[in-house]
Amino acid sequence: MQNDVWVVADHAGGNPRRITLELLGKGRELADAREGRLVAVVLGHGLLDLGPAFGQYGADTVVAVDHPHLHAYTTDGYTEVLSALVRERAPWLVMVPSTAWGRDCAPRLAARAGAGIVTEVEALWLEDGRLLTRRPMYTRKVMGIVEYVGSGPHLAVVLPKVFPPAGRQEGRAAQVERVEAGVSEPRSRVVETRSLQRERVSLTEADVIVSGGRGLRGPENFALLEALAAELGAAVGSSRPPVDSGWVPHDYEIGQTGKTVSPTVYIAVGISGAPQHLAGMSGSKYIVAINKDPNAPIFQLASLGVVGDLFQIVPKLTEEVRRLKAQG
Amino acid sequence: MDVVVCVKQVPDTEQPIRVRPDGSGIDDQGLNWILNYYDEHAVEEALRVREKHGGTVTVVCVGPPRAAEAVRTALAMGADEAVHVADPALEGADHLAVARVLARVIGQLRYDLVLCGRLATDDNASVVGAALAEYLGLPQATAISKLQIGDSLATVEREVEGGVELVKVPLPALFTVERTINEPRYPTLPGIMKAKRKEIRTLGLADLGLEPGEVGAQASRVRYTRFEPPPRRQAGQVVTPDSPEEAARVIVRFLQETAKVL
Repeated sequence: MQNDVWVVADHAGGNPRRITLELLGKGRELADAREGRLVAVVLGHGLLDLGPAFGQYGADTVVAVDHPHLHAYTTDGYTEVLSALVRERAPWLVMVPSTAWGRDCAPRLAARAGAGIVTEVEALWLEDGRLLTRRPMYTRKVMGIVEYVGSGPHLAVVLPKVFPPAGRQEGRAAQVERVEAGVSEPRSRVVETRSLQRERVSLTEADVIVSGGRGLRGPENFALLEALAAELGAAVGSSRPPVDSGWVPHDYEIGQTGKTVSPTVYIAVGISGAPQHLAGMSGSKYIVAINKDPNAPIFQLASLGVVGDLFQIVPKLTEEVRRLKAQG
Repeated sequence: MDVVVCVKQVPDTEQPIRVRPDGSGIDDQGLNWILNYYDEHAVEEALRVREKHGGTVTVVCVGPPRAAEAVRTALAMGADEAVHVADPALEGADHLAVARVLARVIGQLRYDLVLCGRLATDDNASVVGAALAEYLGLPQATAISKLQIGDSLATVEREVEGGVELVKVPLPALFTVERTINEPRYPTLPGIMKAKRKEIRTLGLADLGLEPGEVGAQASRVRYTRFEPPPRRQAGQVVTPDSPEEAARVIVRFLQETAKVL
């Protein structure tokens, strides 16, 4: 077990979410290099057919803990169950997705289990038998290379969209081990979850993001971006000024004080490219910038920069994408 | 309601940050050291709790001697007392070790609430807060955007994927705060003058009964081996199309042929 790689699953009723597939892909590679097993750890309640759901994405084993107190995430419940498993089975590496619950739980788990922890991991590799990670620091102005000390367990909180998702292998199933665990009554209680009342693609998972800045001039003009995003199947985000001005809610914000995203394409509309904004999106694979100011700093970073009036270009772009899709 | 706030001094990341040529660290020439932004919000929230419910606000900091400046800023905002742990043996300590030092200090204080910033803008780790809650045996909520103190219960809001959670947490508890939670006040001139006269209790590991072997580099489970500048983005092309139609065609071609998302 000293060589096993665990992926603590982010899942919906036992179905792995995209970030879990990304961790399984990288986990498979590391488990193979160490000749260990790849284990998906699934916490929840009323979990059904887990073998195929995780096995087809490369897991050898699923360790499932099913308990009413684990129906939704709680700090206490997850920490108690995971730390007991880690202590008892001593895996080499535990990968936790960098989601709201993953970031809440992982430091506490590391403290209780006595594991070294690295967060915001965007690369993981073996070098002369040592496990190394790379992570952004100083608002992405510096990359830090961090090494785990000792034989493990090591804990890595991994950013979304930095590893490609594991490919699907039809018919492959994992062995499922159901663990009976007592779970204490959690001290804190989620009394309400308000969904943000929009049918939106989540920013951290989106393949394409259309993002607006001060150049949009007012809340009503975000409709232009929503229309383009709808055609592209994209998520809509913003830089800080539209949030500060109250044009869009805070959960739109990308940058130092908002979210960090790394989509395939980031379309920056009317965004000048302040360092605080770049901190949240410069990990994007391609950046397309539309701005009327040819000296906007965003153009130094853009894969494609278009100088022009966003109010004229964006509607034409939406139209052009729509026309193309209609052609099939 | 006695509140403890953990603060850190960080370089101002609105200025350029450069890696030393040998990759051993960042070049600290001319860096401007400030109170971490997120911790400013934690101090502000603590002051608001005090204004509403009475009690005291104590600032706790682990960091080199220069970090006393950040503690001073928190005092100037209005905090009552301050403890600063500075010890050369803490060089190379990882986040869990720092959390153990904080836990030792805070364990000796009277408190109902511990507040931390969600992250520090230097190493961007978000580890110390939750680890500290574990060492203190406190319930926690991280990245909260709203705090309401009830009788023996706090109600907090935190953003999760696709929604906002309302969580009830029994006190005493530890929370890490988002920058959306409040707008921090600026220290006033009288506040600054008063802060100069306030005593910062400065402690070393020995004062806390801690050994370097427990919380120094030797006790750390992770170690920075080197630092690199971020990968340079390939310089792209900037075009000035003749018409909006032409602009749209250029972008669509890029999305199809280069990015392959259409």
